[in-house]
Amino acid sequence: MTQAASGSTTSAAQASLTQPSVAQGASVKPSDAPTLEVEALATHFFTKSGVVRAVDGVSFEVRAGEILGLVGESGSGKSVSGFSILGLVDPPGRIVSGAIRFQGEDLVTATSERMRALRGNRIAMIFQDPMMTLNPVLRVDTQMIETVRAHTACSKAEAEDLALSALQQVGIPAPADRLRAYPHELSGGMRQRVAIAIAFLNKPDLIIADEPTTALDVTIQAQIIHEAQTLCRQTGTALIWITHDLAVVAAMADRVAVMYAGRIVETGTTDEVIDEPLHPYTKGLIGSVPSHNKRGERLAQIPGMTPSLTNLPPGCAFAPRCPSADVACAVEPEARELAPGRFVRCVHASAEEGLA
Amino acid sequence: MSATDDRAGRATDTPSAKGGNVEGPTASAATAEGPGKASNASRGNAGGPILETRGIVKRFVKKLDLAGRIAARLGSSDRDVVVHAVDGVDLAIQPGEVVGLVGESGCGKSTLGRVIAGILPPTQGSVHYGGQDRATMSAREERDARLAVQMIFQDPFASLNPRHRVERIIAEAPLFHGLIDKAEARDFTQGIMRQVGLDPEFMRRYPHQFSGGQRSRIGIARALAVKPSFLVCDEAIAALDVSIQAQVLNLFMDLRADLDLTYLFISHDLGVVQHIADRVVIMYLGRVVEVAPADELFASANHPYAQALLAEVPRLDQRKRVFQPIKGEIPSPIDPPSGCHFHPRCPHAGPRCARDVPALKEIAPQRLAACHLNDGGVTV
Repeated sequence: MTQAASGSTTSAAQASLTQPSVAQGASVKPSDAPTLEVEALATHFFTKSGVVRAVDGVSFEVRAGEILGLVGESGSGKSVSGFSILGLVDPPGRIVSGAIRFQGEDLVTATSERMRALRGNRIAMIFQDPMMTLNPVLRVDTQMIETVRAHTACSKAEAEDLALSALQQVGIPAPADRLRAYPHELSGGMRQRVAIAIAFLNKPDLIIADEPTTALDVTIQAQIIHEAQTLCRQTGTALIWITHDLAVVAAMADRVAVMYAGRIVETGTTDEVIDEPLHPYTKGLIGSVPSHNKRGERLAQIPGMTPSLTNLPPGCAFAPRCPSADVACAVEPEARELAPGRFVRCVHASAEEGLA
Repeated sequence: MSATDDRAGRATDTPSAKGGNVEGPTASAATAEGPGKASNASRGNAGGPILETRGIVKRFVKKLDLAGRIAARLGSSDRDVVVHAVDGVDLAIQPGEVVGLVGESGCGKSTLGRVIAGILPPTQGSVHYGGQDRATMSAREERDARLAVQMIFQDPFASLNPRHRVERIIAEAPLFHGLIDKAEARDFTQGIMRQVGLDPEFMRRYPHQFSGGQRSRIGIARALAVKPSFLVCDEAIAALDVSIQAQVLNLFMDLRADLDLTYLFISHDLGVVQHIADRVVIMYLGRVVEVAPADELFASANHPYAQALLAEVPRLDQRKRVFQPIKGEIPSPIDPPSGCHFHPRCPHAGPRCARDVPALKEIAPQRLAACHLNDGGVTV
């Protein structure tokens, strides 16, 4: 159950450590089996002031070549969900229940050796701050060659060629010069592109991008979204794009999952969720986005603020801020599937009411 | 010196100034005097602007150290590093107006905001408040003019003193300036807290006991405490969550109606600017490239940079779009391109763009743009 490393040898041992990685990811396979399935995942942090239920029963899936937008405000558990998939949750946090299946293999019970073989190879992550991902005392080429050679047996020269083409792919001008540069010599947008190039180096099957464009300007953001989109479509990589910005998700994602207080409150295709939001929180979020509203009018604000995750009241976590809350909300709502692939966690939501 | 003369003069002397030491108050004193009124009347503004900048230039100079100076004397190519943060900005803001100042990071928008708020002195040029140059005011007038222009900062964590209680953060400035006396301070603070939507019960708390949204309300309360008429909001809501952003934006709009405030709203978020601003100023690498009423700008931008910038804003109602990014990145303000700063990235650039600096010209009533396309073409 809990810490995977406790020696369970079930699925992890069956999958061999040495996979011919480069050849595998290259072909786009429009398979029906999801690349990643997360089922009832719960990651809690056991702090002195109580148990923080950062992720509490989250389920979603991503298929090859699909972009899933995971949307939520700070503290909603979207980043912790991403860290849980990669097994990067540090104490006092741990995965207390649920399953994470990557191409059928359970990652919760995988050994740490197996996770090391997957991370950076089959599953890659792009973080918000590229200065934290890149080692400041190593040149870009050192870091990129290291990433390739950690997972594939190849010569330094071959690895460097791969690195060079990866930099070209993400649109970095003069990539040969950039390879010799240290991270501090690059601008923020350039650094993030290097981080993206490293994530794509081993042609992974799954990329988790945690707010990768939040710190960047619109023009750079547009470039990075553009590159991520193209790379996903070309290589068939599944992409989870974690963000607080609904507009970014609207522009690029195939499906959207909206998180609130550690739970996914609504899932559906991008068009469904943004045009016909069913959960009151999603409605509130969309109403809060300025460009969506008429100029100069008051924005439809959600009253109150995100609750503390230590003592969530029983029942629906959004009820204290919800305009349509009533007695029925005192019971924790189950996620209901109102249409195929369209889940909502609200007792009041119904499929007909969507447009109202 | 009129505003247009000023610009022509700058275009020629910038290259020569680059190498030398240009930081210092002497330069600003030289341009401070001068009958600039006439040229500003031609802007088509009714009534006097509440705040006006004339030819603001701000350069940051990193001087060579001793070893560098010796090396330079011996013929090395090391020189002082000069960052041209703001390069000649003329801006007039009418009372009651909300002006959005937009641009990418490094374009000088925050530096301009700080010069306007009086936190940074301009290298050249002058800031006029109520028609009077701030540099030529008497000490008392200048104090009043500075109090009237307050700033709200981006980071609600870094901009509040963590060791002061909220009551002190809010009441310190008005007490110091004698706007209120000690006996009134308590009621005064509670009144302001209510005005920005904070519970007055919390006045004895410290900043760390508040959430991000509440902290930015404290920052707003502190600015309002000296009864300003002009607020410079520098990315004031950028650090907040979407639902909290909406609350604070609504607060800004309520305060504007209640207190007759004028805003300079600096933001990189075009959606927010479109929502709140009457007029939008777009900056690129230290210069203003376009000024237009918000509706008109978002309907049809004139400058190629403005067009590209607007095209890249992600919007809720545009799905699955393919982004067509502007090529390249914003160049370094240490060594800006010649002529029009945007020409290396501009799809319409011609030989003239690399040579001449385009003037900010009226292209329609209330609309200004700095592009050679409006003015004889790019091939001349």
